[in-house]
Amino acid sequence: MADKTKVVVAMSGGVDSSVAAALLKEQGYDVIGMMLRLWSETGREDSNRCCTPESMALARRVAAKLEIPFYVVDAKDAFRKTVVEMFLEGYARGETPNPCLECNRSIRWTLLLEHALALGAEFMATGHYARLDHDPQGRVRLLRAVDRSKDQSYVLHVLNQKQLQRALFPVGAHLKPEIRRIAEEHGLPSASRQESQDLCFLAGEDYRDFLRRHRPEMLVPGPIVDLNGNVHGQHDGLANYTIGQRKGIRVSSGVPLYALRKVSGNNQLVIGTRAELGGDYLVTGAVNWVSGTPRSDPFRAEVKTRYTAIEQSATVTPIEGGLRVHIKFDENQRDLTPGQAAVFYVDDAVIGGGIIQ
Amino acid sequence: MSVCACYNFLTPTMPETMYLDYAATTPTDPRVVEAMTPYFSETFGNPSSVHHYGQSAERALEAARETVARILNSSPEEIVFTSCGTESDNLAIRGAALAARANKGTRVIVTSRTEHHAVSKTAEQLAALHGFEVRWLQAEPDGTVVPARVGDVIGDDCALASVMYANNEIGTINPIAEIAAVCRAKGVTLHSDAVQAAAYLPLDVNALGIDIMSLGAHKFHGPKGVGALYVRRGTHLTPAQTGGSQESGLRAGTQNVPLIVGFARALELAQEERTRRASHATTLRDHIIGFVLEQIPESRLTGSPDRRLPNHASFVFKDVDGNLLLTLLDASGFACSSGSACKTGNPEPSEVLTSIGLAREWSLGSLRVTVGKDTTASDVEAFLAVLPGTVQKARSLRSGAG
Repeated sequence: MADKTKVVVAMSGGVDSSVAAALLKEQGYDVIGMMLRLWSETGREDSNRCCTPESMALARRVAAKLEIPFYVVDAKDAFRKTVVEMFLEGYARGETPNPCLECNRSIRWTLLLEHALALGAEFMATGHYARLDHDPQGRVRLLRAVDRSKDQSYVLHVLNQKQLQRALFPVGAHLKPEIRRIAEEHGLPSASRQESQDLCFLAGEDYRDFLRRHRPEMLVPGPIVDLNGNVHGQHDGLANYTIGQRKGIRVSSGVPLYALRKVSGNNQLVIGTRAELGGDYLVTGAVNWVSGTPRSDPFRAEVKTRYTAIEQSATVTPIEGGLRVHIKFDENQRDLTPGQAAVFYVDDAVIGGGIIQ
Repeated sequence: MSVCACYNFLTPTMPETMYLDYAATTPTDPRVVEAMTPYFSETFGNPSSVHHYGQSAERALEAARETVARILNSSPEEIVFTSCGTESDNLAIRGAALAARANKGTRVIVTSRTEHHAVSKTAEQLAALHGFEVRWLQAEPDGTVVPARVGDVIGDDCALASVMYANNEIGTINPIAEIAAVCRAKGVTLHSDAVQAAAYLPLDVNALGIDIMSLGAHKFHGPKGVGALYVRRGTHLTPAQTGGSQESGLRAGTQNVPLIVGFARALELAQEERTRRASHATTLRDHIIGFVLEQIPESRLTGSPDRRLPNHASFVFKDVDGNLLLTLLDASGFACSSGSACKTGNPEPSEVLTSIGLAREWSLGSLRVTVGKDTTASDVEAFLAVLPGTVQKARSLRSGAG
């Protein structure tokens, strides 16, 4: 059989993508390993969490063990121009951006996918915990992973049909302990890459130090105000605060105070009491509808507003012909954070998502 | 070019991967393997031992040394066996520099940025840690080190000069005999890295006038893990590896007899077949160079067009990610190199290409195609049939990324 279906696996050296490659090989695919070289500031490249020399060496050893070819793809310039730029712009608007979403969209599932197709691959696989199936019209549906505790469908909501038609998520059908067991059976490294909230390109640095160099204006002190506009003190730069944050608000008060809003226009941090925090609705920016077709009528959904948040019941109402949506939650939500994505699910399927405005 | 068009282009049934990277390494010749085989488990003695086992091994070792000495037109006691070309370079530079400082108080090392890292990094370390000074020679845009320029910078303060015989990345052959004459006139010891040259160029150290010369077996169909250093009688080296008195005290450690036997046999075959191999390679090389420069837009030959290794074609393509080009070529069944190994996907322009004045948009897109005695004309045709499209694809992917 000379013409096995080729598939490129985006490898990280971690257990999930390694097992993804092993599973696909077992299933009879012609597997090629690829790894992205991402951007960090000069001098910090080796500490970029997604591509340290150690993780590259690990991925290379996994590829050797599985007897598959392995290549590294340089995405430094593209990453700087898209993901890092989007991160800086988000903070400039007073948001708390999630650069991993942009990386999935424009680096992993655009640049790397193009490279995979150029190598003659029909599919690209990653170690994400998510599943795919087809609806009766032949469109690909993006589903939650079998292991709900590891589900990563949230970060994949940015994918379109063209990308999903090429996607494989082999580990999404398994529970994490099974993945570890498979790794051990194959003699593959069974440790997960360290779970970290740090962004890869910061290379271990505090994001505020990074912002200070690239967008110093985001760390200019400004007034702390309440909902009535009364000034209560000074903040030390809006980028230091996230919505719902209580720590670091140095205002004397009998009741705990929280960051409610960041107004980048006049550099104001709006604070208030727990009761004033949050709300039961939000509006998103441009929505990616996974099916490719915007919905027109309101629908009930489970909505996730952060990668680590628990889904909440809500009514999603498409506005502007489905370009954006209005989401009304059944209950008040504490920490709806502009810049993070709201992703809506019906049953196990990701219907779509957009950035919270 | 759309992604789909790219995809279709590479779909035709994959040939077995064709090897076009003979400058990186070569397959060990079966005749060499045959010569080595008895020295693993049959004649396995330690050449330093007193008994019969040791004496049999020593006979093989010394026969190998004589073979190498004969091909280099030197004496057996001038040949030191090492573990590879890099070790030979290290021993030569470090050994000659330290000995010269101890004996004459000289502390200047003259070399160029076009050298292999085994030379340039060693010189840099001697400067950083041991009080030496490196005087860098500027090579010509084609990579040539001009003898007169060597003459301009060497003097009484020089511990040694090191100029490679032929360049691994861009294939340029240096006028090493003229450079040696200049050095000799000023009494400066000349080391030459001949690792790339050995497969194709004459190695008569007296005709060349070199004082110290590095060789590595795997570049001429010998095994990996064995090299040699020619050290002209009267040239002092401080050993880098101390211990026993093997290799005239210059390289302590039990000799790797089977690999040394393989080294000698491979060099013997290279010498016997030199003319035939060179003319075969030259024909293929010239065809590749002519085709690429004519058919591929924004392409340039790197290195000298006429004074270059017979098997070596090297190019730069503007606005191409060289690593991506290699990946695409490998996936379609052709193993080439960018000239310097970069498997990390972290594209930094090669020091050699930068030092000969190439701008970044050119130097990142380097490709080295090196043929060998087993490469056929139809191999080259098959390669050239896919190369222009692959370069174009690498260009379009890169611009898509930018």
